[in-house]
Amino acid sequence: MSVTAFLTDSTLCIGCKACEVACKEWNGVDQDGFDWSGFSYDNTGAVGASTWRHVKFVEQPPLPGFGGNAAEPTSWTFSSDVCKHCEEAGCLEACPTGSIVRTEFGGVFIQPDVCNGCGYCVTACPFGVVERNQKDGRAFKCTFCYDRQKVGLQPACAKACPTESIKFGEIEHLREDAQKRVNELHSRGMQDAVIYDPTDTSVGGTHAMFIVRGDPRTYNLPPSPDVPTVYLKKSWVSSALAAGLLLGGTLLAFLADGDGRR
Amino acid sequence: MMSEYPLSEMDEQDLSRERRLEEIRRQAEQRGQLQVVGPPPAGAPFPQASPQHGYYGIPLLKEPPWTWEIPLYFFVGGAAGAAAVIGAIADYTGADRELVQHARWIAAAGSVISPALLIADLGRPERFLAMLRVFKPQSPMSVGVWTLLGFSSGAAAAAFAGFLRDRYGPSLPLKVLENAGQAASLAFGLPFSNYTGVLIGATAIPVWNRNAADLPLHFAASGLGAAVGILELMGHRKSRALQALGLGAAIFESWEGLRIEGRSHPELDPLKHGPSGWITRAGGLLSGPLPAALRIASFFGSKKNSASLRRAAAWSAIAGSLITRFAWVRAGHVSARNWKLPLQIEDDGHPPPKLSSASHR
Repeated sequence: MSVTAFLTDSTLCIGCKACEVACKEWNGVDQDGFDWSGFSYDNTGAVGASTWRHVKFVEQPPLPGFGGNAAEPTSWTFSSDVCKHCEEAGCLEACPTGSIVRTEFGGVFIQPDVCNGCGYCVTACPFGVVERNQKDGRAFKCTFCYDRQKVGLQPACAKACPTESIKFGEIEHLREDAQKRVNELHSRGMQDAVIYDPTDTSVGGTHAMFIVRGDPRTYNLPPSPDVPTVYLKKSWVSSALAAGLLLGGTLLAFLADGDGRR
Repeated sequence: MMSEYPLSEMDEQDLSRERRLEEIRRQAEQRGQLQVVGPPPAGAPFPQASPQHGYYGIPLLKEPPWTWEIPLYFFVGGAAGAAAVIGAIADYTGADRELVQHARWIAAAGSVISPALLIADLGRPERFLAMLRVFKPQSPMSVGVWTLLGFSSGAAAAAFAGFLRDRYGPSLPLKVLENAGQAASLAFGLPFSNYTGVLIGATAIPVWNRNAADLPLHFAASGLGAAVGILELMGHRKSRALQALGLGAAIFESWEGLRIEGRSHPELDPLKHGPSGWITRAGGLLSGPLPAALRIASFFGSKKNSASLRRAAAWSAIAGSLITRFAWVRAGHVSARNWKLPLQIEDDGHPPPKLSSASHR
């Protein structure tokens, strides 16, 4: 039993959405409907209650090495997004029922038989991953295929990925693999390849790392996500101050008011 | 929004395709089928992802899934918690018995309405008790539920025992129940009146967490103003203690309003611009400057005038407190839709995309 992670390498992703399909099939996730977004071939938009893996279709002006120098109006890159399974997970800390737990594999898992749909985890996620299914009432997100991992299988998305863009394995090995891969991309002239793994933020790193080219913000990856527990201290100090003022003020008001005595 | 890209730079074939696309979009818009409208396209016939636009301007954060029950819960909890504190202190300092018992009834009403609202908003209301299987100090929601439990039990016991005592005369068990209930409603009422500020302050929503240190104080003052207002409407328009507390709350709320208006962080925009901004301002005026002015005016003039001025101040503070809670929740929704803040993109004047959140989920 080891601590595991995803490494999603967008330089290998071909946008086939096999991961989305495999995830839905294995986990029995609801359909997303048939809306056209107008944003490339991405009609889902973001991860959510019914989308636990989500392939982003990033259209950009063509750059050398980005799909050749053909006279196409845009170049495409793809990246399969997923719950980040933060080291310091906002949803896990916020959950008032203890439904959200850390598994033995290091993933963050919502126990569906405990969740009562309070929705607080939704506001606590700095990556906008968790969502309440308004029909079902409970909150849902990627389970890191906890059931599969328990019996020694890899998650469905990683298994289905035809290009090994989604790698799954022991987290320390994957961190090394990510560095090797980025070094290789750099040596091939793709100097803008970077690893996204916010270890130096309050989130403390993730169990879902990404290799992307260019600015990670183009992939809706926030530069410095914060776990909301960082706001607890000043908030409770303010709460204590408010309670003290309310108590002192009320006491003063009634002590000073001689008329009201019985 | 439709033709901002440089049509002049296209060749004839592309141009005709582009016009056809626009026609299709216009038709879809007229039929109301167009669900998602992107940000202004950057230089190409397609909206492009870029560091300036994020991922097509699709919001990173999810909006809070709560409906009207939660802001109403914030209002009821704030007023009930402050009423419990007023009732207990009034009793300890020997104020008149009717004021004490009225304050207890407000707290007791809150002790029934608050959990009902909280449970009604759950996605699975029948599983409310799952919240009572753990206590997590790091989760304001968990701390809040236990505070609510302690408050509700205490406030209900104090009001009920007080009622029985007034009706059937004092007895030892009633006295014990009344005093214990009152002590509990005071101890839990203090945090209960403001913890909802911590609840939304410690989240990923920018407009909320930017104000994490302000919200509990702000909500406490708002709740106090409402509790004083309700007591005054129940007939306690001569109490100088209530007048002082109402004035204090109104002055604090005026200061809070100035503090919001005076700072210029992009995170605070939903409190100042658009519908959420106007609701915030309406709530602020009704809870701060207006009741403060009415209360000061009531110092002067005849007894009759003074009473009606205080009645107006009471209504204003109650309405202001209610509107303020809805305003903050609404601002949270607007803030979550702003894709620029979590991606740390400088605001360059681009309007936020009209994303009617392809909401089939």
